[in-house]
Amino acid sequence: MTREELQAQITTLLPSPTFEEDGEWLNVYIEAKDWLPFAKQLREQSDLNFDFLFCLTCIDWKTHLTMVYHLTSTTHRHVVVIKSKLDRVNPEIETVCHIWRTAEFHERETYEMFGVQFLNHPDLRRLILEDDMKGWPLRKDFEDPINMIKL
Amino acid sequence: MVENQNIEQAGNSEGSSSPSGRQRGATFPGQILPVAGGGIVVSALDDVVNWARSNSLWPLTFATSCCGIELMSVAGAKYDFSRFGFEVARATPRQADVIIIAGTIVNKMAPVLKRLYDQMPDPKYVIAMGACATSGGPFFYNTYSVVKGADHVIPVDVYVAGCPPRPEALLHALIALQKKIKDGLTREQIRKEHPKA
Repeated sequence: MTREELQAQITTLLPSPTFEEDGEWLNVYIEAKDWLPFAKQLREQSDLNFDFLFCLTCIDWKTHLTMVYHLTSTTHRHVVVIKSKLDRVNPEIETVCHIWRTAEFHERETYEMFGVQFLNHPDLRRLILEDDMKGWPLRKDFEDPINMIKL
Repeated sequence: MVENQNIEQAGNSEGSSSPSGRQRGATFPGQILPVAGGGIVVSALDDVVNWARSNSLWPLTFATSCCGIELMSVAGAKYDFSRFGFEVARATPRQADVIIIAGTIVNKMAPVLKRLYDQMPDPKYVIAMGACATSGGPFFYNTYSVVKGADHVIPVDVYVAGCPPRPEALLHALIALQKKIKDGLTREQIRKEHPKA
């Protein structure tokens, strides 16, 4: 599917999606509450068939967090980027690890680095850092006076 | 007799005898006094032991980041640290003499490194390879997870600069360590001579 066709198709799936024009791929902004049913449709509709979640990460904008999901289809070879704003104090979004298995791992990492709570995740705990680690290191306001030497 | 002469010539060509009169360097430590029908070797037992140890150092297979690639290169045919007696890399600390800290040590790795060091039998030597192992290097500022130098965890004998160091630099460090052992100047050797220091 071309970018325009994807945009038209996604418009029919969501109540009020907003699109970002620039960038290499089609960017779709969605509400966090719409994410799980929308993700199921992206995966299951045969003309979309987004079967590969190749990047899952988060961005700290200081005022809010943005979840970013990069999806592609191994049959249609099209790519879409889904973004969703989250509240910085209480960031919550539904897990997609039942739709894309790889998300289980990446959501753990995103939880570890940004503190995003993935609802209904089967095993949401720290991935790489020590178990007694406090705080979310990739947030812009993260402070660690013992280990960090500020420049 | 022929062998003795070779040793003697090598010792002379080295030309670097310490103030105490002992021969230092890559050659056998000691003097050969030629007599009829052979020769008499005069040496100090400590020097002979150090000479033997320095020429068969077994490194631990240990690498935590990109310096490990250079370490592997040094182990490979092109640079080949077996030329200097390092080829017997061991995958267990219990059989290793020298640990080459090749890479970043993070807070989570620090207790593992300490444990590996503790498991190595005496005498043991440590080389800090590259900027990360020396000081934290590129991760010195604004990082929450990196130990700012492996010498916060275990004592280091030789530091190598570089990010990562060239294989030649590591070879130089290995040879420097050999020289240090022969001169009796590694941390462990000094500690034994001055137990309270």
